[in-house]
Amino acid sequence: MKYLLLIYENEASFASIPEAEQGRIFGEYMDYTRRIKKNGNYIGGEALEPVATATTVRVKDGKTLTTDGPFAETREQLGGFYLVEAKDLDEAISLATGIPAVRNGCIEVRPIMPTPPVD
Amino acid sequence: MDLDSVYREQRPRALATLIRILRDFDLAEDALQEAFAAALQQWPAEGTPRNPCAWLVSAARHKAIDRIRRERSFAARRHLVAWQAESVLPADEADEPFPDDMLRLIFTCCHPALALEAQVALTLKTLCGLSVEEIARAFVVAPATMAQRLVRAKAKIRTARIPYEVPGGDRLADRLEGVLRVVYLVFNEGYAATSGDALVRRDLAQEAIRLGRLLRALLPASGEVGGLLALMVLHDSRRTARVDAQGELVTLDEQDRSRWDQAQIAEGLALAEESVRRSRAGFYALQAAIAAVHGQAATAADTDWRQIAGLYALLLRAHPSPVIALNHAAAVAMCGALEQGLALIQRIEETGALSQYHLLPAARADLLRRLGRTHEAACAYERALGLVTQEPERRYLERRLREMRDAER
Repeated sequence: MKYLLLIYENEASFASIPEAEQGRIFGEYMDYTRRIKKNGNYIGGEALEPVATATTVRVKDGKTLTTDGPFAETREQLGGFYLVEAKDLDEAISLATGIPAVRNGCIEVRPIMPTPPVD
Repeated sequence: MDLDSVYREQRPRALATLIRILRDFDLAEDALQEAFAAALQQWPAEGTPRNPCAWLVSAARHKAIDRIRRERSFAARRHLVAWQAESVLPADEADEPFPDDMLRLIFTCCHPALALEAQVALTLKTLCGLSVEEIARAFVVAPATMAQRLVRAKAKIRTARIPYEVPGGDRLADRLEGVLRVVYLVFNEGYAATSGDALVRRDLAQEAIRLGRLLRALLPASGEVGGLLALMVLHDSRRTARVDAQGELVTLDEQDRSRWDQAQIAEGLALAEESVRRSRAGFYALQAAIAAVHGQAATAADTDWRQIAGLYALLLRAHPSPVIALNHAAAVAMCGALEQGLALIQRIEETGALSQYHLLPAARADLLRRLGRTHEAACAYERALGLVTQEPERRYLERRLREMRDAER
């Protein structure tokens, strides 16, 4: 069985803690990744850039509508995800417009934060 | 020409090319500022270079490299990576300002993944060279808020990797629509003067027209670009006539047409004609054609309302919206069909659209007034007054309401 573990946290409060403390938490993430890799549980995982970099994509009557910012309504629920490689945001948006849910729901496009590899 | 005006003129083009080379708005802006400081030292002694823009780009590029070498932060090293990737280009070719860079900059500033107000702010900052304080004053927000908006927009361009390019093929028309919306919004902020510093706002209208001219030079075949420029120039030709000495708004039919700028009208007419030829169902081309019909009428009574109603019908079919439907209804009424116009307004009211828009009851009130249905007109003016936010329009509606009350007595 596969599971998706979604990480929710308060961006602003994370940003407000001292840099050394942030570094310690970052190290904890690295340890965690290493541990579950060793156990054979790890399939994939990424850190996301802050919500300020998000773009929400919808398609209405065949027209692509983009809005700045994250998905903010509660009528729809998270139903899945794709992790894709794209050369820039335009390509990522164009990939998002092909996902069926873009017509009735929406797709939030978030850049992945570059992080050093963990072995 | 003094150096400041040379800089003001060259800055957007130099910046557009530098952003392409350096891949970073902030780095490009800072480096260009340093290059200009160097120009202030060198040019008076050695003479202004033949190609000041290329000189500025070249100097700024070297300043940027110096800065990257000086700084040793993680972020600076990231710049360096981007720079090294780019530096394989022969330097002189990379420094040559390239008309496409201006288009790249326009399309990036007006990217739909940025909030509309961020698009506007970024456009005014980078393409028009307005300061953060000037933009903040024009939009009546605190300078710190405006600065934050710009920082956030630039961070999103960098982090989410919004491409620095002119969208290709089938995406161009769609994206151009977004660019034109930003330019027209800037114009309307300047022209409609809803609030804030009137002088700064007039500058906004001029900046929008300048952007329109730039777009037209870059995309001469687009009917919509020509249409928007025509529309702005034709509106601007009436600028001095639409407000009286007391600052009161003067409606089109009451304006002193001798104060209209005939040179602007001539330019607008030629542009509007060409634009409608190129783009028959174009949103801006059709609106320009309507403004052109007004511009050709020597007096309000001479207005060819039949042609205007026809143009609004075309516009409504191609770009249906309640505001256009309202304008169409008003034009039909002006052809003498007051009852028919009233029925069209009724239909808009029944859809529930524009229920917060003061011009809907105001238009109804004007028709009822002209039909001599004084009491109903007074009620409609009252409703419009309950919704209006702009001071000159409020005073206009109050004057009409007083007239209706006097007539009722």
